[in-house]
Amino acid sequence: MSILNILSEFMYILCGIVTLSVAICSLKNDQNKYTTFLFWLIISIMFIFSKLIPSYIIGGLIIVISILTLTKKVSVGQFSESSRKFRLEMSKKYKNLVFIPALLIGVGAFLLLQIKGVSTSLALGLSAIISLIVAIIIFKPNAKETIEDTNKMVMNVGPSSFLPQLLTGLGAVFTAANVGEITSKYAQVFINEKYIITAIIAYCLAMAIFTMIMGNAFAAFSVITTGIAAPFLLSKGLSPEIVGALGMTAGFCGTLMTPMAANFNVVPAAVLEMKSYTSILKTQVCVAIPLLISHIILMYIMTL
Amino acid sequence: MENLKLIGIVIIVLGFCFKLDVIAVVVFAAIATGLVSGMTFVQILEVMGKSFTDTRLMSIFLLSFPVIVILERYGLKERSSELILKLKNTTAGKLLYLYAVIRTIAAALSIRLGGHAQFVRPLILPMAQASANTDDENKNEKIKSFSAAVENYANFFGQNIFVGASGGLLIQQTLVSLGYDVSLVKIAIYSIPMGIIMLIFVYIQSVIFDKKIGKVK
Repeated sequence: MSILNILSEFMYILCGIVTLSVAICSLKNDQNKYTTFLFWLIISIMFIFSKLIPSYIIGGLIIVISILTLTKKVSVGQFSESSRKFRLEMSKKYKNLVFIPALLIGVGAFLLLQIKGVSTSLALGLSAIISLIVAIIIFKPNAKETIEDTNKMVMNVGPSSFLPQLLTGLGAVFTAANVGEITSKYAQVFINEKYIITAIIAYCLAMAIFTMIMGNAFAAFSVITTGIAAPFLLSKGLSPEIVGALGMTAGFCGTLMTPMAANFNVVPAAVLEMKSYTSILKTQVCVAIPLLISHIILMYIMTL
Repeated sequence: MENLKLIGIVIIVLGFCFKLDVIAVVVFAAIATGLVSGMTFVQILEVMGKSFTDTRLMSIFLLSFPVIVILERYGLKERSSELILKLKNTTAGKLLYLYAVIRTIAAALSIRLGGHAQFVRPLILPMAQASANTDDENKNEKIKSFSAAVENYANFFGQNIFVGASGGLLIQQTLVSLGYDVSLVKIAIYSIPMGIIMLIFVYIQSVIFDKKIGKVK
């Protein structure tokens, strides 16, 4: 194992340490103390020891955490809030300096990825650490407060932050079960292999429609990409990066048009005290449909 | 009965419909799909576990939380609000469009600025309402809709421009599992054109919106 490999793996161990800190902190919870502890402890084990534990045990641990969330045994602890007065004072004092570490997270990752041999995990992890160091130098924050705030944020973002990972797991099961084949069988009806545009239309429309049904573009992506993009577009030599990038955002066009994506289209109506969420959907459809058509045209042009 | 394999999709739809716990629904859908396709329980666990380990990259954003909480404590949101407040004298449509532009750029840089509850409700909506200055209930509902929409537009079509966004990582992992070695940076770059096209359409919508609201300063 090269030093770069070890460092890449170390980034995941750090993730495990963050969730271990959350686990310990949850022992101070008022409710669901031990089950919340267990939840974050398991997550932490899955990150730190993932290379040592056999996959089926990790799978078993996933079942355990899903039982914990299903029975609503994972709660958020009680935390003190930083005062608005303090934050306003600090924003007057530091002005735009606050944006420098914020920019470093993204720009740093982009630059690190240009170096040969640097893995994505290393680049993303390292840029976060570098910007943390810069922030510590600029603001000299209290360490205890920072740890507590981090625990609070992880708990608030909560179990759902692992959803993309679990949805990919679902996609992996779909692939193993050959669900993609069924999707391609249905797609074949609409696709004329002589004209690549028909496959592009089928892929973009299927992404949007599946997202509307499932309420989640991430969930739709692996099924539709495996079922339609792989046999009808990628195997014809189209750039996988272009197909993937545009396929995902074609799915987002679906997200704009469905009440199934409650977080984005229904909850905000309540947050903004609206009479009904339908007017949000109506507004968004006017942009989503032209955008979806643009996806088809752009994918065709970019892969010519 | 091959179509039985689609049971996983049905479970997801029903689960999301009845607002059951999302993680449990996804795990259950995976188990059901595997079982009806003739996989053993242990095989299913094996596939899910391996996938979890292979996709840990998607959760690496946890490492950026410590710096984000420091920035939030030291006035990130307050300073952003102040910068946006400087843009007061404008129409509601133009203001919301400008928010979409700023929000898209921030999302592309992975700066957590925005959110319906965190940003639109306390800051953007009141400013848009002040610019429109109307008591008409229907117009007010339109302002709220457009405010909610710009947040979504910018969030969706800006996020994948960031190298390491969870969307980009999911694209990469899916394509790698299909046997294509893809670059994360390229996925991010190819997401830029759609971000720009989105902003063009939203600009058109904002112009039409201003006409409907009827007050042009």
